[in-house]
Amino acid sequence: MNNVGDMMNDATDTQAESRADAPALAQDTLKMTARNVDVYYGDKQAIDNVSIDIGMENVTAFIGPSGCGKSTFLRCLNRMNDTIPIARVTGQIELDEKDIYDPAMDVVQLRARVGMVFQKPNPFPKSIFENVAYGPRIHGLATSKSELDEIVEKSLIRAGLFEEVKDRLHDSGTALSGGQQQRLCIARAIAVDPEVILMDEPCSALDPIATAKIEELINDLRGKYAIVIVTHNMQQAARVSQRTAFFHLGTLVEYGETSDLFTNPSQDRTKDYITGRYG
Amino acid sequence: MVIGFAVIAWFTARFRAARLRPLGGDRPHSLPGYHGWYVALWLAIPALLFLTVWSLFLPGLVEQSVLLDPAAQNLPASQIERTAILGEARALADGSLTAAFNEEAEALVPAYQEASGFYGVIGIIATLLLAFACGAYAFLRVRPDFRARNRVERVVMWVLLIASLIAILTTIGIVASLLFETIRFFERISIVEFIFGTHWNPQSTTFSDDPGSFGAIPLFWGTILIGAIIAMIVAIPLGLMSAVYLTQYAPAKVRSVMKPVLEILAGVPTVVYGYFAALTVAPAIRDFAVNVMGVSSASSESALAAGVVMGVMIIPFVSSMADDSLAAVPGAMRDGSLAMGATNSETIKRVLIPAALPGIVGGVLLAVSRAIGETMIVVMAAGLAANLTANPFESVTTVTVQIVQLLTGDQEFDSSKTLAAFALGLVLFIVTLLLNIIALGVVKRFREAYE
Ligand SMILES: Nc1ncnc2c1ncn2[C@@H]1O[C@H](COP(=O)(O)OP(=O)(O)OP(=O)(O)O)[C@@H](O)[C@H]1O
Ligand SMILES: [Mg+2]
Repeated sequence: MNNVGDMMNDATDTQAESRADAPALAQDTLKMTARNVDVYYGDKQAIDNVSIDIGMENVTAFIGPSGCGKSTFLRCLNRMNDTIPIARVTGQIELDEKDIYDPAMDVVQLRARVGMVFQKPNPFPKSIFENVAYGPRIHGLATSKSELDEIVEKSLIRAGLFEEVKDRLHDSGTALSGGQQQRLCIARAIAVDPEVILMDEPCSALDPIATAKIEELINDLRGKYAIVIVTHNMQQAARVSQRTAFFHLGTLVEYGETSDLFTNPSQDRTKDYITGRYG
Repeated sequence: MVIGFAVIAWFTARFRAARLRPLGGDRPHSLPGYHGWYVALWLAIPALLFLTVWSLFLPGLVEQSVLLDPAAQNLPASQIERTAILGEARALADGSLTAAFNEEAEALVPAYQEASGFYGVIGIIATLLLAFACGAYAFLRVRPDFRARNRVERVVMWVLLIASLIAILTTIGIVASLLFETIRFFERISIVEFIFGTHWNPQSTTFSDDPGSFGAIPLFWGTILIGAIIAMIVAIPLGLMSAVYLTQYAPAKVRSVMKPVLEILAGVPTVVYGYFAALTVAPAIRDFAVNVMGVSSASSESALAAGVVMGVMIIPFVSSMADDSLAAVPGAMRDGSLAMGATNSETIKRVLIPAALPGIVGGVLLAVSRAIGETMIVVMAAGLAANLTANPFESVTTVTVQIVQLLTGDQEFDSSKTLAAFALGLVLFIVTLLLNIIALGVVKRFREAYE
């Protein structure tokens, strides 16, 4: 019994600390803030009282052992958890100081502003062009064909894919290699000109070369979009992110500058995880 | 009786095998039960096979020995009368007739009884000998190291194989007979007349074969109008929409009720739909056409009535195929689209349905092939007149209806009329077969795309 009590105390302490950390990050323009977020799947709690600030200029990495709730939390940020009937989110999440769970917030517009890239590349079974044009079409971003062409080309260039596919824009997107497919998905996400891009283990299905390309791309995109990336790969977190959040068992254990967190973790659990002692 | 012996053999062999167990050092290869089965099968199968073959030959053998009897010498020479008398004698002998009609038959009865008794006994003795011989052979092989299990498994495999072949062989037989009769038909009526002729009136050809009356185009057209056009106009949108609702919108509870209900709909006997079409829908459509639309040629047996009801009948097929294909589209597609800010209906329209399209098309083709082979509804509601018309309020007829027409009532089985039914059947068979092959191919390719 004592043990459990200790652990819970521990967890509350951690929360307090990480919230205390948040203002330290404020030199960055705040894009999204989460306060006291809980997520339940049915009766099971998957996220416990998480508060975090996401800055505009930086890439934020979420790390933590499998099942600790990284994806769950990420999906709260663009309300993708709405698509899971048993999921329930409490607490407050703001985008540019507007509550995204407010009934006045239109989820269609929210998702246009907060884009998402998934673990497994999931291009639609359509042509490369149609894949990228999908978002602009449903949001009515282009008034003419030439405007649409322009958006598609610009997005593909930004995603570093244009040179490879410019001669076969009308071939099926599913015929590309895995890495190309993932960059296509990134192009698709940036085609609607989002403000935030959420990436859930975007490289876990890719080989090292394709991974390097995506990491390079993330570096290029930094500053234009607020980027949040979930990863299992410590080196990757160290390479691409400026801020890192460590999740464990549904709680946010530690959040800080990536360089600090990896060289000088303030929590034992963080240290154990990044030195590979568990997870 | 053979079965009884087999049961006994099963027990004795099992017992013996069980006794063997402690004797040998190693564990016996097969369980005692397998040894039992092995011996029982050896005992029963050859004996039963022999019995089957024997009973095929038995009547011939008996008849031959009866014909050798002195009483048979004064049988009439004509083949037909002979057969009639012999048949009567046989019936008298086994007691299914009590009084004779022909005296010759009466005279043959003792010979019949004697012969069938004699061959019957021979049959039984031979069967038993065979059973014991084979049983003993198998029994002697019951040893600890004997692989009875493998042998029994092989027998089981053969039994299953034969069972599955029966359905296929029957189909092949049916097709062969269709083909045969169709060839006979085309010896009388040219195939070009049949396939391209536009006049169908075989009922007028009882006494003379007028090739001009066997033009099947109006039937093909009627079939397509009802089964592939009107029925599909009803079934495709409704089936697709119900599938979309069930997979994308319905709460789990609603889905768990509605899906079985739809499937039950598929089990309603088509004759019930036929009633409904003929007694309710057809008159309503005729009144509507005459009074509201002013179509004076509207018939009470309209293509529209049959087509609409048939469409309703196949909604469950379309819907369940579409349901399966929509469910087979990976959830990642849906998430990807929703994460772009697409609404549910945009996602369905622009991503899910295009992705599921091959499966949906396959389902529709299967439904078409079912619709054009459907008989009851059109027999009851579509009428018999072979009109070549695009007006859905008029009466048309279909291939299946005409087959029924041609084969019901008193018919000799080699008039052009009846043979025409076989030709129609063959056309129907080929078309539905092709549709099914294409549909299954499309569906299969679609499945592979997502594995
Ligand atoms: N749709 C769901 N329904 C019910 N429980 C879920 C669902 N999705 C996730 N969970 C549960 O929520 C917890 C957190 O899952 P989540 O997917 O967020 O973990 P994760 O940190 O992303 O793990 P990984 O690194 O393996 O991707 C897990 O215990 C998981 O079982
Ligand atoms: Mg995850």
